[in-house]
Amino acid sequence: MNKAEHMDGTIKEARKTSSEKMDGVMDTKIEVKNLDFYYGDYKALKNVNLTIPDRRVTAFIGPSGCGKSTLLRALNRIYEMYPGQRAEGEVNIDGTNILAARDLTQLRAKVGMVFQKPTPFPMSIYENVAFGIRLYENLPKAEIEERVYWALSRAALWDEVKDKLNAEGTGLSGGQQQRLCVARAVAVKPEILLMDEPASALDPISTAKLEQLIAELRDDYCIAIVTHNMQQAARAADYTAFMYLGELAEVAPSEQIFTHPSDPRTQDYIMGRFG
Amino acid sequence: MVESVAPALQGVGTRKSRFAMRWGDPIFWGATLFFTLVLFALLCGVIAVLLVGGWPALAHSGIAFLWTAHWNPVTDTYGAVVPLIGTIETSVIAMLIGVPFSFGMAIFLTELCPHRLRQPIAIAIELLAAIPSIIYGMWGLFIVVPLFQHHVEPALKTTLGNIPLLGNLFSGPPIGIGVLLAGLILGLMVLPFITSVMREVFASVPPVLRESAYGLGATRWEVVWRVVLPYCRNGVAGAVMLGLGRALGETMAVTFVIGNAHRLSLSLLAPGTTISATLANEFTEAVGDIYTSALVALGLVLFVLTFLVLALGKKLLLGARAEGAEGEVLA
Repeated sequence: MNKAEHMDGTIKEARKTSSEKMDGVMDTKIEVKNLDFYYGDYKALKNVNLTIPDRRVTAFIGPSGCGKSTLLRALNRIYEMYPGQRAEGEVNIDGTNILAARDLTQLRAKVGMVFQKPTPFPMSIYENVAFGIRLYENLPKAEIEERVYWALSRAALWDEVKDKLNAEGTGLSGGQQQRLCVARAVAVKPEILLMDEPASALDPISTAKLEQLIAELRDDYCIAIVTHNMQQAARAADYTAFMYLGELAEVAPSEQIFTHPSDPRTQDYIMGRFG
Repeated sequence: MVESVAPALQGVGTRKSRFAMRWGDPIFWGATLFFTLVLFALLCGVIAVLLVGGWPALAHSGIAFLWTAHWNPVTDTYGAVVPLIGTIETSVIAMLIGVPFSFGMAIFLTELCPHRLRQPIAIAIELLAAIPSIIYGMWGLFIVVPLFQHHVEPALKTTLGNIPLLGNLFSGPPIGIGVLLAGLILGLMVLPFITSVMREVFASVPPVLRESAYGLGATRWEVVWRVVLPYCRNGVAGAVMLGLGRALGETMAVTFVIGNAHRLSLSLLAPGTTISATLANEFTEAVGDIYTSALVALGLVLFVLTFLVLALGKKLLLGARAEGAEGEVLA
């Protein structure tokens, strides 16, 4: 049934029904094929091939400089802001190669991103969330309010900010700011969430809240998360990809990669022999 | 060779560090304090000289010095209104021209310009700031004045000049030289300063903040207007204040093109004068103690004016910062 729907091209339909699917049957949301990435002359990604399933959490781990953030940044083409950075190969999202796409706005409506440090915009909490909505849709005020409420609830932040929606977003604590950024990303109803070490600037309690949030969002989004923290990958991710020196060494269900890694480099890394 | 030097260095190092540990900080403290005090003494000295030098004229004309427009060295009557208004007028015109241009250029350079052109253009703008003001003055007098006289001012008179009330600003004969032209030249002069500072302010926006805005799918305009600008409002105000401070005090270029007339006129096309232009023009020919003293008193007025502007600027910046701090306390 799943395959037939794919062939019909009714991916939206597939998305709707896939939550009812049994575990083990998955849609591929992102397919990375022969991806090379360059910072000027430096080759940071070497022939990466990988599929990222829909409605699952996929974590990228590996030592500093291994290219895991670079890979993430290729998935929404944010690297294009900087001269000299370029990607070669294919990144197919729902079957369309986004590296060849012309319309970045379409892409970014579909792919939300949360960064290492919380980046609230210099405006009120409400406006931070409404900002993205207004970029894409001309909604009446009531519907924007509704969506802001929905997004903040989704990001498990509503109860903490409902009395100060007009306060500056920068006035929140670090963990709250990061959840505000998640709400901001979720508000435009993306299908994919990219998270680049989202908890690395947070204290343990905020980190736990964020991980809980990721677990809740997992059912509705394709989530790709870069992390330095192997425990976090083990806790939060269904799949874990280990990257080393610009190559994808291994990708497997998290349980397997942390107990029986097949690549010796993965084993060395998890055992703490380097990194 | 390295081996032979290393022990010697070590020996010297231990002896020296003992001395440094005992006296290093006190000496450093004393030296920096001395430099600061020298600067402070200089400031006090300037104020004292202006006060003492300007006192005879202030005593002669009374406090009315500040609001009388009559300036006649022959009868020893002095009023500061004409140069004071001229100073403010030219500075306002300069800011009206300079700020929007600088703003646009700074945004172009940080957000829109192709990367390989950014540095050359930025350097060109900074070179513009390095041109001595007298060159601007000469260029204004020989090139821009005729242009204004024959083309710009007649055109202004036939268009804006016909509007009731506003038309008064553009009345009188089009002679080129005047307050409007001085303001324009001033505007061009402050432009590179404001642009450079604004460019640095915009460039100081954390890349990740820009990335999150672009990552949401915002267009360049939306990123600049909704994210970069609100983030930089303090710095932008600071850049404008810096330009205004310079415009208020600029002397040579203005002296060349403003006409140096102690006449109060509503028209921007009429010749006028500024405080600094009056000082530059009349100091050499000031005979008599009261005349000289009146010029020093003018200097005092300029000093106070500039001080007030800078103080206001600082207050605005502090106010904006205090708001931010309050937000942080909320957390």
